Amino acid sequence: MEKYDVIVIGGGVVGTAVLRSLSAYKAKVLLLEKSSDVASGASRANSGIVHAGYDAEPGTKKAYFNVKGAATFPSLTRELHVPYKMTGSLVAAREGGLPALEELKRRADLNGVKAEILPAEKVRALEPNISREILYALYAPEAGVVSPYKLTIAQADHAVVNGAEIRLEEKVVALSKRGDEFFVRTDRGEYAASYVVNAAGAGAAEVNGLIGEEAPVETHAVGDYYILDSTAAGIVNTVVFPLPDEKGKGILVAPTADGNVILGPTSRKVPHDEAERCEVTPEGLALVREGVLRLIPSVDLRKVIRVYAGTRTAVGGDFIIEESTRFPRYFMLLGICSPGLTSAPAIGEYVAGEAAASLGLEKKQSMLPLPHKFRLSEASAEEIRGKVLSDPSFGRIVCRCEKVTEGEILAAIRSPLPARTVDAVKRRVRAGMGRCQGGFCRPRVMEILSRELGVPLSEIRLGDAGSEIAPYEVKQNYGKI
Amino acid sequence: MDTTCIMCPMGCALRVEETDGKVVVTGNGCPRGAKYGEAEFLHPERVVTTLLKHERGGVVSVKTDRPIPKSKIGEFLSWAASYRVSGAVATGDALAEDPVGCGATVVATADYEE
Amino acid sequence: MERFDVAVIGGGPAGMAAALAAREKGATVALLERDDRLGGILNQCIHNGFGLHYFGEELTGPEYAKRFRDKVLADAGITVFLEAMVLSLTEDRVVTALSPTKGLVEIEAGAVVLAMGCRERSAGAIALAGTRPAGIYTAGMAQRLCNVEGYLVGKEVVILGSGDIGLIMARRMTSEGAKVKLVAEIMPFSSGLKRNIVQCLNDYDIPLRYSTTVTRVTGKNRLTGVYVAPVGEGLRPDLSREEYIPCDTLLLSVGLIPENDLLTGSRVEMSRVTSGAVVDEYRQTSVPGIFSAGNVLHVHDLVDNVSEEARIAGAAAADYAQGALSAGETLSVTAADGVRYALPQRVHAGEGTVRLYFRVDKVYRGRTVVVTSGGEVIKRKKTLVMAPGEMQYIEVDRALFKGDVSVRTEE
Repeated sequence: MEKYDVIVIGGGVVGTAVLRSLSAYKAKVLLLEKSSDVASGASRANSGIVHAGYDAEPGTKKAYFNVKGAATFPSLTRELHVPYKMTGSLVAAREGGLPALEELKRRADLNGVKAEILPAEKVRALEPNISREILYALYAPEAGVVSPYKLTIAQADHAVVNGAEIRLEEKVVALSKRGDEFFVRTDRGEYAASYVVNAAGAGAAEVNGLIGEEAPVETHAVGDYYILDSTAAGIVNTVVFPLPDEKGKGILVAPTADGNVILGPTSRKVPHDEAERCEVTPEGLALVREGVLRLIPSVDLRKVIRVYAGTRTAVGGDFIIEESTRFPRYFMLLGICSPGLTSAPAIGEYVAGEAAASLGLEKKQSMLPLPHKFRLSEASAEEIRGKVLSDPSFGRIVCRCEKVTEGEILAAIRSPLPARTVDAVKRRVRAGMGRCQGGFCRPRVMEILSRELGVPLSEIRLGDAGSEIAPYEVKQNYGKI
Repeated sequence: MDTTCIMCPMGCALRVEETDGKVVVTGNGCPRGAKYGEAEFLHPERVVTTLLKHERGGVVSVKTDRPIPKSKIGEFLSWAASYRVSGAVATGDALAEDPVGCGATVVATADYEE
Repeated sequence: MERFDVAVIGGGPAGMAAALAAREKGATVALLERDDRLGGILNQCIHNGFGLHYFGEELTGPEYAKRFRDKVLADAGITVFLEAMVLSLTEDRVVTALSPTKGLVEIEAGAVVLAMGCRERSAGAIALAGTRPAGIYTAGMAQRLCNVEGYLVGKEVVILGSGDIGLIMARRMTSEGAKVKLVAEIMPFSSGLKRNIVQCLNDYDIPLRYSTTVTRVTGKNRLTGVYVAPVGEGLRPDLSREEYIPCDTLLLSVGLIPENDLLTGSRVEMSRVTSGAVVDEYRQTSVPGIFSAGNVLHVHDLVDNVSEEARIAGAAAADYAQGALSAGETLSVTAADGVRYALPQRVHAGEGTVRLYFRVDKVYRGRTVVVTSGGEVIKRKKTLVMAPGEMQYIEVDRALFKGDVSVRTEE
């Protein structure tokens, strides 16, 4: 049985942040993820907002990690080559909304977050398309947008570059502690560890249950989103929120870090199994449309290229970030809902520090950098010429909407954490994320995966097991159905 | 038999019946419809296009070089499901002579390079 | 920088026909194709029914493509760039393309013909509700996987939309061993050809339900079924009559969109109805020297019409490059009363005749098509039936043009 210093359960933005921070130490670390790729749960489909930190109640863990996390984004995303823009955010209020903005401003001051209340004309100077009914807004200049799954993937890649291991498609089915040692059994193998971090997101309470730790009551919510084509970019310059309500931060309109526009989310309380299914509902989409039109009346919904739903899990009002008292060296991360994405890097740093202190781990002198990858859409003419000359596959465009080359797809498949599925390729290089949604490039991406992985096309999957895209040869079922 | 005339965009709903050994078409808007209805009733025919598997992997697209009776389409597709092509193929090559006994040759409609 | 009289962007049926027509006028031609062979979508359309008008015989897609491809490849005056994706086009007609063998290529052209074709509307574009499993495809994607790669996407199929590709795929999937349980069409009529309804659905006993749509899909990793419901006013589904159909595959045939991304941010005037450029009878856009033809201009019903239109554009582009295309004032052509759009949208007065192509907005029986110019009727044509799925045309004498032109229908 392989033995590790630390095992992290769950490959979301939090789990990979912990893993990356751990890889800065001289330690043998492993991350177990049940899906076919990291960022398969809440980290995959959320608003992608780097919150400034005015919303969280002062004195909470949410406030602490949000503010600390947000500050790391400019340098972190540069280091990991992840799309990030410090766009600033607006909380837009109508008549009668000023007191609520003043409360947010008070929190901002207490949390140490830059924010000011702007009058209508200054709001319109920032957002010319905003509704005429908006009379004030709280402006937080340091809020931003990031690609949540690209951040998760980059953290995973960086950890692997620095010696961490990641095992995908291994679901933890048993967890126990005997003496000082933890035993982690998955549906594929068994591992021992001195320290375990539960970062299983929507499955975290279930993992607690495996070891016999109390699990707080979780609430699950699903939210619907629209994504608009890049030609809609410019409709907003900042992240535009309505006033928050008891359900959350409300339905926003924001640019995405990758150049699209995101609208949403709704917030529909659901049981656990339904949260896993993540269904888009027509009612939810109608709510998004309604909410968005109240903020930005000129949004062009004919530019919708995708609708999807995301899930989030909460436990009470604050994050649970603590070591178990019953099982020392079992560290729990529960209810990391919004602002979880913003907080993740700071949480990762903190948890790795706790584990290192507990185990007496020594920090490495330095970490190996994550190599930059060529992106046709970001390259200059000169760079393109040089790149194609050295490797012609970088001159072969596969995804025409997003201008992604075969070379970039091959690089994703040969990444530190290799892409094994069509969705994994899509999340890394954007092939299939444009206006045709893979109509043309998906068969080509499948061919490349088939060739690289050495398996027939019929075995190429969209994502998890059972999601084969073209599972049969022609004629195979003739006369049998 | 009820069918839709495809001779022009009108798409007349045709009823074709045989009474006393005589085929009667009703619902047609013009003489072409009557002729079409009678042909569809007595001896409906189709050019069939499909794929054949190649023994080296991949597929070759093919067609019957003339219409075959509609009643033979199922038999033809069953034959196509089990047949394997070998060697290089050029567009227009005859790949099989009359596989289901109605005089039609199976012709490649695209090239296959080994 | 390489220099050609005419650069044609796209090597499908439109691009090949435009290139050949430009050659007949003596122009030097660059033909840029993003795939590794010429022919475009025809290569995956292995069914027959192409060429009846253009060649007077019935061909399959690959055969139709080959007729043009053989001619193009045999013509030393046409330089073909394969796997060459055009990244940008400037108003002074500098085309920048990327290919694995040539890297970044810059071409300065006397005239440019846009022939990039169209793409399919996706599940995202129709905001499909439910889960996001494998098993949902545009019909064209399933067609490519089947006809080119030799793999079938599923066993039990529901098709949303009765466009021609959807109808054709119903027959193809059946022939390859799948069961097509239903074709659902949200409109009370099909946008597909009558012949395809008879020969692709009726021949194989595949049911077609009009005024019906898919309301949501189920299944986590693979599709397990779809809900369908009849639609009422405003095409809103009646959820009280929702019905569940177990299936592992949903094909979408819900519309085609001209692929004009290259023109984003350009001064080429676009039509909101066709999603293609606004052109005159030479298929010249509002930017002189830039022409457009085929499905990138407006979605066609028959490839024969694409070839015909592209010949006009290719010949005119060669004339333009050689300074032989007459300019002058144009009159506008607009559509009204049952006509969704007419194309070209601009015409020159002059000699000879011009064909005005148009599409109607629903099925009409026994209507008269009326063309007016400067407020006066210059042509009337009685029709038996006109359907939105079929492109119509009416030929008018250019000498009769006295002012702006309108195409409409009347009882």
